Amino acid sequence: MAKVRLVQGNEACALGALKAGASFYAGYPITPSTEIAEHMAEMMPACGARFVQMEDEIASIGAVIGAAATGAKAFTATSGPGFSLMQELVGYAALTEVPCVIVDVQRMGPSTGLPTLSSQGDIQQARWGSHGDHSVIAIAPSSVMETYYQTIKAFNLAEKYRTPVVFLLDEEIGHLRERFEVDPDEAVEIIDRKQPTCAPEEYLPYENVEDGVPAMAKFGQGYRYHITGLTHNEKGFYSSALPVVDTFNRRLLGKIEDHVDEIFESEEFFTDDCDVLLIAYGSVARSAQEAMEELREQGLKVGLFRPITIWPIHEEKIKALCAGKKAVIVPEMNMAQYAREVRRIVPSETPVIPLSRVDSELIIPEEVAELVKEVLK
Amino acid sequence: MKPAYQKYFRDNLPHIWCAGCGNGIVMSAWARAVDELGLDKNNMIGVSGIGCSSRITGYLDLHTLHTAHGRALPFATGAKMARPDMDVFVFSGDGDCSAIGGNHFIHACRRNINMTLIVINNNIYGMTGGQFSPLTPFGKKATTAPYGSIDRSFNLCDLAIGAGASFVARGDIFHAKQLTDLIKAGYQHKGFSVIEVIAACPISYGRRNGIPNPADMMQYIKEHTVMKAAAEKMSAEELADKHIIGVLQEINEAPEYCESYAALCERVQGGTK
Ligand SMILES: Cc1ncc(C[n+]2csc(CCOP(=O)(O)OP(=O)(O)O)c2C)c(N)n1
Ligand code: SF4
Repeated sequence: MAKVRLVQGNEACALGALKAGASFYAGYPITPSTEIAEHMAEMMPACGARFVQMEDEIASIGAVIGAAATGAKAFTATSGPGFSLMQELVGYAALTEVPCVIVDVQRMGPSTGLPTLSSQGDIQQARWGSHGDHSVIAIAPSSVMETYYQTIKAFNLAEKYRTPVVFLLDEEIGHLRERFEVDPDEAVEIIDRKQPTCAPEEYLPYENVEDGVPAMAKFGQGYRYHITGLTHNEKGFYSSALPVVDTFNRRLLGKIEDHVDEIFESEEFFTDDCDVLLIAYGSVARSAQEAMEELREQGLKVGLFRPITIWPIHEEKIKALCAGKKAVIVPEMNMAQYAREVRRIVPSETPVIPLSRVDSELIIPEEVAELVKEVLK
Repeated sequence: MKPAYQKYFRDNLPHIWCAGCGNGIVMSAWARAVDELGLDKNNMIGVSGIGCSSRITGYLDLHTLHTAHGRALPFATGAKMARPDMDVFVFSGDGDCSAIGGNHFIHACRRNINMTLIVINNNIYGMTGGQFSPLTPFGKKATTAPYGSIDRSFNLCDLAIGAGASFVARGDIFHAKQLTDLIKAGYQHKGFSVIEVIAACPISYGRRNGIPNPADMMQYIKEHTVMKAAAEKMSAEELADKHIIGVLQEINEAPEYCESYAALCERVQGGTK
């Protein structure tokens, strides 16, 4: 039975992780993500799951990947400075195709910035933080309930695509307390990584399979294989042979980019019937939605597109939605990190207007409405 | 006939190491040790960082994790916590372990998870061509210390003991039989075991420091190592340029982390927080 109570975004994330089957957490405290570690430390021992506080964020993600190699569903939570420290190993997880979830409760940067204030400044870091070409999945929920369900999805996607998934909360959602009505026993879809069925001698941990995602054996089940951050062949051993390297890198990107239809999730309001389209995500989408509702009451044709999946970006969808609009407005708490993607995708006849706030204040519905009115003048 | 311990190797030898490199001796000593212990390949995880020495995991027929530079211990920590029933061996170089991985090293010593760390100390960054490491002795030459290093060096075993490691030993590649025994003792110790191995990199270290010949390096190591019992009767002056070899620390009372965690789970589940 669902009990209604007030729950904070960070707690919903912790609850979602356990529901998804998270059996390992490693982390290093940092505002505004710390509550997640605290909840895990409290809840995990009760179900035999493992919690460890590491000496820094690099160690945290290292432990997460090590645990994940043995089959654990493993995750960590951090904020901007810690996420930056993790980047080398985010790339390692991507290249070695070890599933894991990294929660980044975004705070104002760069550097120590404003630790307790909200931001959406890690949108591009989530995509390009680690060196080299690889893809990544990133999700940004807009409410506490959605945080719970999308956390479950984050683990599922990590397992399904053998990839790190970045869960981008912003401080506002992480610390927001909201009505939470979830039946803890509700049946939800849980995805586990594909297991090899062949004999151990025949197992290819990095096989060029059609869907791009090879089966992943858990350590300790008779499939003794090698995981290395060096570029490797299908067996998992170092290779610099041109066709091997090329095939490998393309598969790594393709296994995510080619499945954008399956991965991508979003919400649309009046996107067919609008002159001005708002594109907003995370906490800012709430202000954008409120502005849209007010403006529509006033008879202005405004719509909202809210990507829940930030990466991979659904270029076709965005292109189609924006076609023929008088303007596309992208409000976000950063200097147009998502707007630059929209601008890249949308043909130049449609103006893409960023509404950036980097003074640590939230974007309120009134300022979105004002800009829409100005554009429609 | 192949020696029995070779069953622990994958059939992908020859290795990448230079002729005269000490890494192969350490790898064989490890294989002899696990063979004598009768350990099951299906129940072992090998973890390493980055460096010539860290390439060992590529040759071992186990579940192996060749991680990032300096990060072997965090990966091993996660793997062992997730599977406390499996045996975890970690291989690291002097740079990997004491420079970029230094923080992880001291915390692993403190945390005391039941796994075995073998640090191959060749006094240099071998893989990148001979830059000085925190274990390069004062005054020795490296590509980034062409006039002799002015950096003071760590004594890795003292550092481990200071950080609370419950088992610390030092061996070397000349005394290979003793090294096998030390690895066995490290494995049998319940808790985190550190085994430093004085090794040789004739190419990146020896050549620049007047011992380019692998056989001379062996001789050098033989002359500069002293068994612990003998060292106890020697003066500080006599020991100044010597490495003391043998088991240097063994504490059996230190709580092992995975056991403490399991006990904590039991307490919580039993309702006695
Ligand atoms: C983050 C990072 N920094 C630097 C390097 C370059 N690097 C590779 S191996 C190495 C040093 C290896 O020395 P050591 O750990 O002593 O091992 P050895 O090669 O001597 O066995 C360095 C600096 C790297 N791979 N990654
Ligand atoms: S450079 Fe040194 S450590 Fe590396 S393989 Fe050659 S001899 Fe061994």
